[in-house]
Amino acid sequence: MNSLGNWAFAVFSVLMLGLPLLPVPDFWITQSNMVGLYAIVALGLVLLTGVAGLTSFGQAAFVGVGAYAAGYMVVSLQASPWLALVVGVALAVMAALLLGLLTLRMSGHYLPLATICWGLALNYTMANMGFLGKYDGINGIPSLNLFGLELGSGRGLHVLIWAVALVCALGVTNLLDSRVGRAIRSLKTGSTMAEAMGISTFRYKLIAFILAAVLAAISGWLFAHFQRTVNPTPFGLNKGIEYLFMAVLGGVGHVWGAFLGAAVVKIIEDELQVLLPALLGSSGNFEVIVFGIVLILVLKYAPDGLWTFIQKRLPTVPRAVDWTENDHMPHEPKPAQGQRLLEVDQVRKAFGGLVAVNDVSFHIDAGEIVGLIGPNGAGKSTTFNLVTGVLPLTGGGVRWRGESIAGLPSREVAQRGISRTFQHVKMIPEMTVLENVALGAYIRSGANTVQAMLGLDKAEERRIFAEAHRQLRRIGMEDRMHELAGNLALGPQRLMEIARALCTDPSLLLLDEPAAGLRHKEKRALSDVLRQLRDEGVTLLLVEHDMDFVMGLTDRIVVMEFGIKLMEGTPAEVQASPAVRAAYLGTEH
Amino acid sequence: MDMTIASILALDGVTNGSVYALLALATVLVFAVTRVIFVPQGEFVAFGALTLAMFQMGQVPGTVWFLLVLTALTAVGVVIKGIRQGQAVSRLTRQVVELAAFPIAISGVAIWAAPQQLPLLVQAALTLAVVTPFGTLIYRLAYEALADATVLVLLIVSVGVHFALVGLGLFFFGAEGFRNPPFWDQRFSVGALTLSGQTIIIFAISLVLIVALWFLFEHTLLGKSLRATAVNRTGARLMGISSTSAGRTAFTMAAFIGALSGLLISPTTTVFYDTGFLIGLKGFVAAVFAGLSSYPLALVGALFVGMIESFGSFWASAFKEVIVFAAILPVLLWRSITDPHGEEH
Repeated sequence: MNSLGNWAFAVFSVLMLGLPLLPVPDFWITQSNMVGLYAIVALGLVLLTGVAGLTSFGQAAFVGVGAYAAGYMVVSLQASPWLALVVGVALAVMAALLLGLLTLRMSGHYLPLATICWGLALNYTMANMGFLGKYDGINGIPSLNLFGLELGSGRGLHVLIWAVALVCALGVTNLLDSRVGRAIRSLKTGSTMAEAMGISTFRYKLIAFILAAVLAAISGWLFAHFQRTVNPTPFGLNKGIEYLFMAVLGGVGHVWGAFLGAAVVKIIEDELQVLLPALLGSSGNFEVIVFGIVLILVLKYAPDGLWTFIQKRLPTVPRAVDWTENDHMPHEPKPAQGQRLLEVDQVRKAFGGLVAVNDVSFHIDAGEIVGLIGPNGAGKSTTFNLVTGVLPLTGGGVRWRGESIAGLPSREVAQRGISRTFQHVKMIPEMTVLENVALGAYIRSGANTVQAMLGLDKAEERRIFAEAHRQLRRIGMEDRMHELAGNLALGPQRLMEIARALCTDPSLLLLDEPAAGLRHKEKRALSDVLRQLRDEGVTLLLVEHDMDFVMGLTDRIVVMEFGIKLMEGTPAEVQASPAVRAAYLGTEH
Repeated sequence: MDMTIASILALDGVTNGSVYALLALATVLVFAVTRVIFVPQGEFVAFGALTLAMFQMGQVPGTVWFLLVLTALTAVGVVIKGIRQGQAVSRLTRQVVELAAFPIAISGVAIWAAPQQLPLLVQAALTLAVVTPFGTLIYRLAYEALADATVLVLLIVSVGVHFALVGLGLFFFGAEGFRNPPFWDQRFSVGALTLSGQTIIIFAISLVLIVALWFLFEHTLLGKSLRATAVNRTGARLMGISSTSAGRTAFTMAAFIGALSGLLISPTTTVFYDTGFLIGLKGFVAAVFAGLSSYPLALVGALFVGMIESFGSFWASAFKEVIVFAAILPVLLWRSITDPHGEEH
């Protein structure tokens, strides 16, 4: 958060925590309590749906887990409410872990489907278990006692609910602007790029889902002490959908959207519950009709939710540069000049009947710049994908410094010091250039989720951003580092990808058409940077169509055509080869 | 449990499973063609069953008025879009007439026929005619403008549609449940089993519909164009297949199948305004079994769900639903082992 954000947060905190001291009616306090409870759950969905691009309709069930744990432990077992909190959260984590492990390796829509079933199954379980009081639930939950103070269920509890909500908001805000947060933000744009940066997308999907479940369970624990009773009704599937509605309406992707959405939904719900039955002349939960229609309209006309309308009016402040030249990340020692780095041995890739790469072999030694050229459709990018583990091999082997890396997932290939860019730029458009580049430093850093939420990762963050800044400066994009990546033209986007790849501190850098979309001068500058990299010990393999660029830069060139290696040689040999000319220009018969 | 009970339970399971199979097929069809995970599929079941119940009582069902409202809204949308694009008045008029003629005509017939106490089969046909147009109308109003959105957004829209339709169902039909008379009240004894005529009708119609769907997809141009859209939307579009009309067709078929399922089950169980959701979700579990893509597997999954449900209700009736919905977990485990590839945009 910037300084303005800090001030706004402080003012809002004082207002919400001090509200019970003001002479406001009890009804307001109750409403505000509900808004706080809802917002904690919606916050989890902001993280899960807005940021990670997954969703859950079963959050109400996680709330139920927290609430029933409190009810059962405190009333039936006479246990401490704090122990109940721990147990509730632990149960929610276990349920989330199970659902996540089962679904998150598959396409993104299996998780929400599983959560629908989980929500229903849990609700029926609660309603039929004797020890949970069946449909009547558990009554007589005592109020919370904090430092000898009886909190009750009104003004006293308000302070606790809002303190928890605000701490959670702060934690999520910290998290989003961290190493882990950037990894979670990368999930929405597909897994290829994130995995190539060394990130286990499965792991972070699981983390996002578990965090959302934990927030819901905490809200449930508070809810039980607020209502002083639990029964199955508030934890049904409908409520789960309503939580999602709050997050979508408020603005998925914005922490404060969760609070706005919770407040708006709570207030509208109360109004509608009075208004609609009177209007329609019979009683029932008719507000769901309005919620359903509004949900569709919001997704259609304001998919970013209400918070964006507020955000638009707020000034945008670029990230404060709090790092200095002295913030350094350790570098891996580079392999000695001339050492055999990469051996590609008879690699083969078949897509059904089409053999895109047909038993291609070549090698790269440390300190070389090798070009991979060939007409369109020759299999160059596929070869890249085979080397970096993005695509599984059909046959053949790839060795990295003597070790076989065939069959390794791309994140493990990346961890060995092989980094790459993509033919079609892959980035996170809603993050700044600097943050996108910082993603590259993921494998060189180690702050975990908890450290990030508590803000204990600041020193490492400074080092990461200093490194990202340094790479952007080297590539000539320092002046644009605070721009949103999505606003860049294609050429600069490619340069940004190179900076991101450099941020991983690679020994071998694979560049897929780095000069495409660059102007003449930019190409020359890029050549200079690549030569400088070679001098620093980085080895390069590049696919490129600009022959001047390739011929002037590379030491050796591999030519491919129709999936087969046509020849290999120095730029001069390749230029003189009649076979290469025939491949590009055709032959006379 | 002896063989008699087991065979009764199995028959029960297969009967319900047949209905879930129809719903699972509709779910797979809609998802394949439009990428919409159509959660409200079950609402068509409730609409079908309860619209018939209203006809039985000689009342005009609320769905008829709802049909007119949705038609009007869609027509307004067509007119606004047409004016913005500067379309000719004649073309606009034709579009509106094409859109509204059938719903208005069928509503007129329904309003006339409701108090006449017509034979059950006529009322059933009328019910199908009233509920089926909802498919296209809902697709046009809720999904069409978002056709290129992600699966996730479309799923959230589906949940919104589900919310709205369940709430409206409560408004149209009240909180009370209804059970319709059977279409055929003959009973047959086969050994220890008693087959009711209704069971036979459920089997027969499910079978006919499944064969009809197979014929449609394998041997007709319409079916092939739907399959082409399912495989590759852009490619199909380049071949002159409109993905919009493919989507509308898929939704129409889904609504028809849903309403028909409603008619089939309503003599065997009491249907409430929100019953459809649970029934639809069981079709859904079957569709997930098929990875939302294979029709034969969806059929197998549906029979499996029907069996689990009937045996589950025998052993632990209070936990019947828990067992059915928890059964999705091993199914998901199996799917994630056999088919683990993630999404890539």
